[in-house]
Amino acid sequence: MVPQDLRYTKEHEWVRVVGDMATVGITDYAAEQLGDIVFVELPEIGRAVVQATAIGVIESVKAVSDLFAPIGGEVVESNSELSTQPELVNSDPFGKGWMLRVKVDDADQVGGLLDAAAYEALIAEA
Amino acid sequence: MAYGPHTTEDRARMLAAIGVDSIDALFADIPSSLRSSKLNLPPPESESELSVRLETMAGRNRVDLISFLGAGAYRHFTPAVVDQLLLRGEFYTAYTPYQPEISQGTLQTIYEYQSMMAELTGLDVVSASHYDGATATAEAALMTCRATHRERVLVSHSVHPHYRETIQTYFAGAALAADEIPLVAGGPADGTTDLAALERLLADTDRPVAGVVVANPSFLGLLEPMAEIGKLAHASGALFVAVVEPVSLAVLATPGEYGADIAAGDGQPLGIPLSYGGPYLGILACRDALVRGIPGRLVGMTTDVDGRRAFVMTLRAREQDIRREKAASNICTNQALCALAASIYLGAMGPHGLRDVAALGAARAAELEAALAAAGAPRLHPGPYLNEFTVRVPDAASVHARLIGRGILAGLPVARIMPGEPSLADALLVCATEITTSAEIAAFGAALHEELAGGVR
Amino acid sequence: MTVAGDRLGPTLFERSRPGRGGGKVPHPPKDALARIPGEYLRATGARLPEVSEPELTRHYVNLSQLNYAVDTGFYPLGSCTMKYNPKIDEWAARLNGFAALHPLAPDELAQGTLQLLWELEASLAEIGGMKAVTLQPAAGAQGELTGMLMVKAYHRHRGDTERTEVLVPDSSHGTNPATASMAGFKTVTIPSAADGGVDVQAFRAALGPRTAAIMITNPSTVGLFESRLCELLDAVHEVGALAYMDGANLNAIMGRFKPGEAGFDVMHINVHKTFSTPHGGGGPGAGPVGVGEKLLPFLPSPRVLREPDGRFRLEVPGERPDSIGRVRAFAGNTGVLVRAYAYIRAHGGLGLCEVSDDAVLAANYLKGRVADILDVPFARLCMHEFVASAATLKSATGIRTLDVAKRLIDYGFHPPTIYFPLTVEEALLIEPTETESLETLDAFVEALRCIVAEAHTDPDLLHSAPHDSPVRRLDETTAARQPNLRWRAMTGSQMPCPD
Repeated sequence: MVPQDLRYTKEHEWVRVVGDMATVGITDYAAEQLGDIVFVELPEIGRAVVQATAIGVIESVKAVSDLFAPIGGEVVESNSELSTQPELVNSDPFGKGWMLRVKVDDADQVGGLLDAAAYEALIAEA
Repeated sequence: MAYGPHTTEDRARMLAAIGVDSIDALFADIPSSLRSSKLNLPPPESESELSVRLETMAGRNRVDLISFLGAGAYRHFTPAVVDQLLLRGEFYTAYTPYQPEISQGTLQTIYEYQSMMAELTGLDVVSASHYDGATATAEAALMTCRATHRERVLVSHSVHPHYRETIQTYFAGAALAADEIPLVAGGPADGTTDLAALERLLADTDRPVAGVVVANPSFLGLLEPMAEIGKLAHASGALFVAVVEPVSLAVLATPGEYGADIAAGDGQPLGIPLSYGGPYLGILACRDALVRGIPGRLVGMTTDVDGRRAFVMTLRAREQDIRREKAASNICTNQALCALAASIYLGAMGPHGLRDVAALGAARAAELEAALAAAGAPRLHPGPYLNEFTVRVPDAASVHARLIGRGILAGLPVARIMPGEPSLADALLVCATEITTSAEIAAFGAALHEELAGGVR
Repeated sequence: MTVAGDRLGPTLFERSRPGRGGGKVPHPPKDALARIPGEYLRATGARLPEVSEPELTRHYVNLSQLNYAVDTGFYPLGSCTMKYNPKIDEWAARLNGFAALHPLAPDELAQGTLQLLWELEASLAEIGGMKAVTLQPAAGAQGELTGMLMVKAYHRHRGDTERTEVLVPDSSHGTNPATASMAGFKTVTIPSAADGGVDVQAFRAALGPRTAAIMITNPSTVGLFESRLCELLDAVHEVGALAYMDGANLNAIMGRFKPGEAGFDVMHINVHKTFSTPHGGGGPGAGPVGVGEKLLPFLPSPRVLREPDGRFRLEVPGERPDSIGRVRAFAGNTGVLVRAYAYIRAHGGLGLCEVSDDAVLAANYLKGRVADILDVPFARLCMHEFVASAATLKSATGIRTLDVAKRLIDYGFHPPTIYFPLTVEEALLIEPTETESLETLDAFVEALRCIVAEAHTDPDLLHSAPHDSPVRRLDETTAARQPNLRWRAMTGSQMPCPD
């Protein structure tokens, strides 16, 4: 069961929006598919990101996956813990494994994302 | 058939098991429009006939001349133990160590190679090998562009001409620019990279520079002001790539010491035969911070489920089979066996032995300089060199050709590889190593003296 | 695995003691470096290991015995063509005339090698049905890059700057899209057809004025001949694009199919696959590239030419201005090419045809027997390799291809290629080559049969395999999270030092 208060993308990112600040990460399903995460490449602070474009890279031992922006805006913070503890993405993907915070351009974009039920249906089909 | 084990009976058995009555039937998928013409090649040869053919061919090469030729590939003594160990089938017929449990031999030797080259270069991360010095340099230049997100690289005119050409070929693919840093003309720094010109090139803010590439020793054998070049590069946000020769690193300042971010070069001098240009050994090393951008395989130390030390290829997600179109490089097959040869060579020579090789080369080179100057061919440039330098010889190409007739390979007429440069027109690039003898030097000096004095035999 | 030396030993650094070794070269004069100003010299010496020759020898001999190799056993590695490496090739490459020749030796001193290179080019051109061949590239991937740089030059030369895309099937080797990127192209990946071959319709739909080239492997990476090639190549040429063939699977088709004759404009060859040069633990190989008429002017320089009087020479700088230039410092991996030359001359045309015949025969034999044990998704006759799948096994027992592969090690076999191509679930790509005896092939089948039985009765045994190798499954996660890529006295000693 994925957290009910988050929104999701088809590319398995989650996003929590509070006011105009969005926190972004990847879901436990994605982390499991990738295997042990060894490295996370995140965009620099200040970078403008466009919804649905690739903005970072998540590496596991045997695979690599793009991180897509679930929402457009400006990167204001990234999780520095991940550079020394990438395993947080595996152990706590919705909590300590968060990846970045974005100042949202257009809050309406959230509406177009999947809710928990829709995301669960998506991964059930896979 | 030459090496296959199958007898007529074996083939019949296999056809029966498959359920077809001829081998031709197995190729039924090839449409008749695509079936090829006959393979028109000479007939097969038995091993004894083939060995005569090969020996005759090898015999047509002239390798008996007294040689002073370097210019990017060097004659050295290789201890017998190197080839003996390289001939072990477990090493040379092994596959890439993708299944680490049964490849610990290969993996540990690569880890040791990486460690030895880290000591020589003073940089922490060394790839398991690249193709050769030229391609390693080209990839190093590409690395600087990726790391800085800039599109222009500056390459000293005194980097090996073939390396510079290779960079241009690789850059044509990537739509990047590699511009040249000129050399100083005249004065004590004659022939070395022009620092003032470099500073001016770096100051062009419209075209910011990703990397500065300089060789030490340079193609002309001169020692370059690497620390100063590094400072200039870093001051404008560019990375610094040092092109190096591994034997010289036993005595010369290292890329790590003079602040290079990346080192590239060719490991051929470390126990690898000249073999008309390959297989050689591309050395590529970088600082820790750049590890995710370095192309090629990397071997790391780890443990197995029982807690035993073990080695494994790591940081694999950089490589082409995983990253595909986003990989830093497409490299797959590398020069692993040559890296092994270099490791065994370094193990056999040891740090003192390697220093001795470099120092002996330097000593012989000084003798050579004196002998050639006495013969009428003084050095072109005044600056310090290790074991390679240029000398002025009027009509260098003809003198060189006539010396071949006297059994001497008098280095390289520089104009052959750097045409159209008046300051290098009448010059020979010569080199001495630990296997150059005083007798050979004397013979060269005497022959050159005669040629320059009128060519009387 | 041998009994003696079946465990890892310390690194050469740990065996080092100050004062060991020496005696390889004379001592230099004390003042040898005095003429070099101090600022050019290194401040601290390189801390390379100091070992004596007997220790050095034991170190490497013992390490070698931890390796699996073609000389010790069978590698059913699909797409790698791990055939036997003939010993005369090693002898030939070491002949002093070949080994001691400097790459910048004037042509008149290099006639033996130049002749060998020229003849090898001609042989490979004949085998590939191409007009000319370059031997410069050091590996297949570098051959691919060379080929694609020539494609780029070709379109530029025509004044066409719109050709920015390269089409590649999703079953391709990873080097293909990586190469396209290095050459400055965008990769467009085309899904394969249900029968494992290229989907010609999908290719047609993607072909257009932006297509520079397509890159195809034939036979495909699932070991099947692309019988719709004519249609595909016609469509490619119709839009003004070029066709590149990845020649990794050449071992299947020598004497039966010549890519150049079929319409491919450019191809590379892996001499360390089809032409038996040894893999060396990862290299060196060589990746000669053959071209048709269109790309001839763009070949890397300098080419090897033969004069009317029979002498050989290298092109001089500027002789062929449309060349893409050099892709490396010197002529090529000549020492490797000597081995390929010897192999080709030993076989002749007849022998090479037999090589392909036997490779395809053995693969079909093995496929028939493996089909009783694992899924074989493509039932029709294969070429020199075939793909099997552990998908059914996985649903029935939870045992994956990885577990089967690791357990094969306990049975004395190197695993096949696994999880490639990406288009088949739980893939095992199996290529016997023509140099494995029937006894070996049958033993391999028996091992697979035992393992599949074990999957049902004792799955944990497989999940924790291998058991009998020098080391067992490795912690690759820590190796990637905390890379230890070089020996350091401090951190190295934190890992248990083998005795």
